[in-house]
Amino acid sequence: MRLTEKGILRNIDWWLVASYIVLVFIGLVNIYASIHSTEVSSIFDPAGRSGKQFIWMMISLASAALILFVLNPRIYESLSLPVYIGTVVLLVAVIFLGTEVKGSRSWFELGPVRFQPAEISKIATSLLLATVMSQFGFRMGRAKDFLTVAAIVIVPMLIIIAQSETGSALVYVGFIFVLYREGLSGWVIFLIGMFIALFILTLTVSPYAAILALAVVVTFCDAAYTGFMKQWLRIYLPVLAILAGIPFLMDYLCSLTGNPEAFIRRVDPVYILLGVSVLSIPFILFRAYRSRKLFTLLATGAFFIGIILSFSTEFIFEKVLQDHQRQRIEVLLGMKEDPSGVGYNVNQSMIAIGSGGLLGKGFLHGTQTTYGFVPEQSTDFIFCTIGEEWGFAGTTAVILIYVFLIGRIIISAEKSREAFTRIYGYCVASCIFMHLFINIGMTVGLMPVIGIPLPFISYGGSSLLAFTILLFIFIALKSNENHNFA
Amino acid sequence: MNIDRQNRLLIGLGTVAAVLIIRLFVIQIVDTSYKIDASNNSMVYQTIYPTRGIIHDRNGKILVGNKITYDLLVTPKEVEEFDTLALGRVLGVPPEFIRRKMDEYYRNRRRIGYQSVVMLKQLPAETYLKFAEVAYKFPGFRGQARSIREYPFNAGGNLLGYVSEVDQAYIDRHKGEYSSGDYAGKTGIEAAREKELKGEKGYAIYLRNSHNKIESRYRDGTMDKEAIPGSDITTTIDSDLQNYGQMLMQNKVGSLVAIEPSTGEILTLVSSPGIDVDVLADFGSHYNEIARDPYRPMFNRAVQAPYPPGSVFKLVNGLIGLQEGVLTPETEYPCSMGYHFGRNKLGCHAHRSPLDLEESIMMSCNAYYCYVLRSILENDRYSSIGEAMDKWNEYVRSFGFGRKLGSDFPAELGGTIPDAAYYDKVYGKGAWKATTVISLSIGQGEIGCTPLHLANLCATVANRGYYYIPHIIKDSRNVTIESKYKERQYTMVDTAYFPYVVEGMYRAVNSGYGSGGTATVAAVEGLDICGKTGTAQNPRGDDNSVFICFAPKDNPKIAVAAYIEHGSFGARWAAPIASLLVEKYLNGEISSQREYLEKRVLEGNLMDKVKPE
Repeated sequence: MRLTEKGILRNIDWWLVASYIVLVFIGLVNIYASIHSTEVSSIFDPAGRSGKQFIWMMISLASAALILFVLNPRIYESLSLPVYIGTVVLLVAVIFLGTEVKGSRSWFELGPVRFQPAEISKIATSLLLATVMSQFGFRMGRAKDFLTVAAIVIVPMLIIIAQSETGSALVYVGFIFVLYREGLSGWVIFLIGMFIALFILTLTVSPYAAILALAVVVTFCDAAYTGFMKQWLRIYLPVLAILAGIPFLMDYLCSLTGNPEAFIRRVDPVYILLGVSVLSIPFILFRAYRSRKLFTLLATGAFFIGIILSFSTEFIFEKVLQDHQRQRIEVLLGMKEDPSGVGYNVNQSMIAIGSGGLLGKGFLHGTQTTYGFVPEQSTDFIFCTIGEEWGFAGTTAVILIYVFLIGRIIISAEKSREAFTRIYGYCVASCIFMHLFINIGMTVGLMPVIGIPLPFISYGGSSLLAFTILLFIFIALKSNENHNFA
Repeated sequence: MNIDRQNRLLIGLGTVAAVLIIRLFVIQIVDTSYKIDASNNSMVYQTIYPTRGIIHDRNGKILVGNKITYDLLVTPKEVEEFDTLALGRVLGVPPEFIRRKMDEYYRNRRRIGYQSVVMLKQLPAETYLKFAEVAYKFPGFRGQARSIREYPFNAGGNLLGYVSEVDQAYIDRHKGEYSSGDYAGKTGIEAAREKELKGEKGYAIYLRNSHNKIESRYRDGTMDKEAIPGSDITTTIDSDLQNYGQMLMQNKVGSLVAIEPSTGEILTLVSSPGIDVDVLADFGSHYNEIARDPYRPMFNRAVQAPYPPGSVFKLVNGLIGLQEGVLTPETEYPCSMGYHFGRNKLGCHAHRSPLDLEESIMMSCNAYYCYVLRSILENDRYSSIGEAMDKWNEYVRSFGFGRKLGSDFPAELGGTIPDAAYYDKVYGKGAWKATTVISLSIGQGEIGCTPLHLANLCATVANRGYYYIPHIIKDSRNVTIESKYKERQYTMVDTAYFPYVVEGMYRAVNSGYGSGGTATVAAVEGLDICGKTGTAQNPRGDDNSVFICFAPKDNPKIAVAAYIEHGSFGARWAAPIASLLVEKYLNGEISSQREYLEKRVLEGNLMDKVKPE
């Protein structure tokens, strides 16, 4: 029993606990607000969602107490591998044994309780990552270590994608921040961001523009990194500018000739771009090789991958993505106006939030959310209720509380003396951050509709419990450290 | 300046938070288009129902169209005290009805909430106009336009199917596609082509002020979604011919099916007694009456009733015999008022003897086909009668019998064709022989097929050896039919053998009275009708009258199967009905010599002979 330890209460980070409790309480109040007109009379009525959430809140607090005061924080490191393996087994099992909910098999049903193994797997992945990366002699730069870490993250991610819960899988991308903190090159994050931009640019503008933009960014970065800015300005920039003008020039030439079979009409500007690349890249590679500029070599590699990605964009978009995912992206990028009502949710959600104004309509006075215009209003779209009833003041406050929570986790993780605690802390921060960003981004139309909950606030017992455990393991680890190093 | 990675991440966090907050600032404070003013206004969604697709016949005539009626909707939360009596008078319902409904809404107020519910359905336009004049006295009540089905022709009731409001079970079965108050096709073409016909719902958004009054359109209607009308459908039905077929079949129980052999398109499909189109339009209120009708008008006999085919089936056995090499067109068999085996006899009627293949079809000799079936089943090529039986079964199936043809009809029956395993089970393994199953030779016994199967057989013979899967939907601008409907389906019998059978059918009709031809009543001058009669036993009473025919003999345009329950000989009812249909289709009218026949058919009433179940 840790309860008997001296000074245990003093070692707990009460700021974290307090922000947790505030968020859960905000959740409870807003869940009630979103259902009060249709379901129940009292916030604690166990027949309604708010009452159920209250029960889960009690269970979560009990679990938090268990983690803080009873369990020995030492066990997490030794348990991490069996827990991870068990979770992977559950994740696979649920595909075959789970109950189907909205087209994906990712839920286990045990009597009245439903839970999603994907919720636990965040905890399991974080623990195993922390264990592996805190081993003495671990180096991110070593291929074997890097591949181990990548596998730990990617295995559950792939299984979750197989459950058609792509949204939940997206959260795992956040672990890249942990890897970055532990030594992964920042260029990797930059590269991923660039490829996403490339994907969007290819879809919305044209492959030509996308590849050209890629060339600009790659050569610029290379010049900035290797210190050849002047050369870049003198040679690359004018060339790229000319290339940018080519499609317009060709349009003009096409308009001159009336012959629909004219040669000029059959030349895709992309061919010219490829021709220029084929001529210039060997030269660049040769010079880079001679002067041992590794960065230039890598940048060229990235450029190649980018070109391949740009050409396979259509394939990925049409063949790999499922219909609903494609539609959501199309709506987000404004490529299609409301194909088969997909935009409805986002539109409703933005109207609800927008109608809140500065101070909101007040508790239980929202009309958009209470009349059932916003779908999933107590789960994935709970932020709408906050936006409508508490206004800009409320939404900003909620975001700031999250920023405080995440920021404090990062800072306190950074101060840890033990690598395990530090890495685990970063994992927790990344998970909460990804959920926050994707969920709120979705409700305000910055992200496609991806159904994942807002941590601690959304209705859903197993999600609340999982996040509670995730967070309180960190608080417990930290308090144990404070105790040991006091 | 050196920024370490922790701080970079913190800066990243701050940036993302800033982006979100700026975005929120824009939609909550700056951009007024997302705002509905502070007096707690809210939006009301009014569903716009799409018009259902129109169903055309093969010549572009409208079989099923739409007309406008009105539903009366109530939003119980908005209703204030009102004059029940006055409202009842306007709507033409007793005030008790309104009171009862309002009580019901009060009891269910939790479930209903702010939603609107339908109080009265399908008000005629006049009633609705009367209500609209005084609607201001009744807040909370409003009308909603909705299009319902209209049928310009009395043709194809069963075929078309009906549309009715979806129930909860239906909504659950089609997740996310329907909500309460929607209509959907439940049978026939309406059900089979629901996807194309239904269209897509839209909505109009209105603003409601704090007094629950609708004030204006939300953002001038820019966020509204227009309803997308359903796609029109073209059927293969010829509405005039269908209508005529229904007249011929009135007061008779049975089916009449006509197919265009060169395409497999169904020209006419009558199941009698059927449903009048007037009933279809308002199916809900006639439902009980239809369900109680002992003649089961909803039951589409043409594709769902299993019947023994009778002598019509001799064509199939003859063709199999030819293909198997156990029969040649010249083979003659004797008949002495039937086929004698042991102490038993399968009877036949008086005709000259012996006969060859063509004559056997022309005069429909039973004995001939007993010999044929025996030689098929007792063929030395096969190790056992069981093997020969299974081969026979395979042949018969290749004509489409014993399985679903794969038509685009929603509920098609497969029927039954026995095989060795079946008889092994009934009689015991090895305990049966050719004479045990001898009635198969004349299309009796354990054979069950639908009138559609028979019409398809007729089309197969008309095409000299292949058929197209019968179907009722034609290719049109909106709808493409599956490619399987455009592929020839060959039987296992070589096309070279079919002309003999065709010749027999030609002689059955065109040999003149007194020649022994069984279907001379069906002859029409200049049309070269080829036909085969059938008389199938019916344990419930008088025999069923069966006839299949096609015309003209060369390049046939139409193949017909008529199956009349308790119509006795094939030539008595089925042959006149089928031949009249052919004549109408090819000539457009009935010749004066045959008007007496038409009169007899139209006036004929066989309903007394039928013992309803």
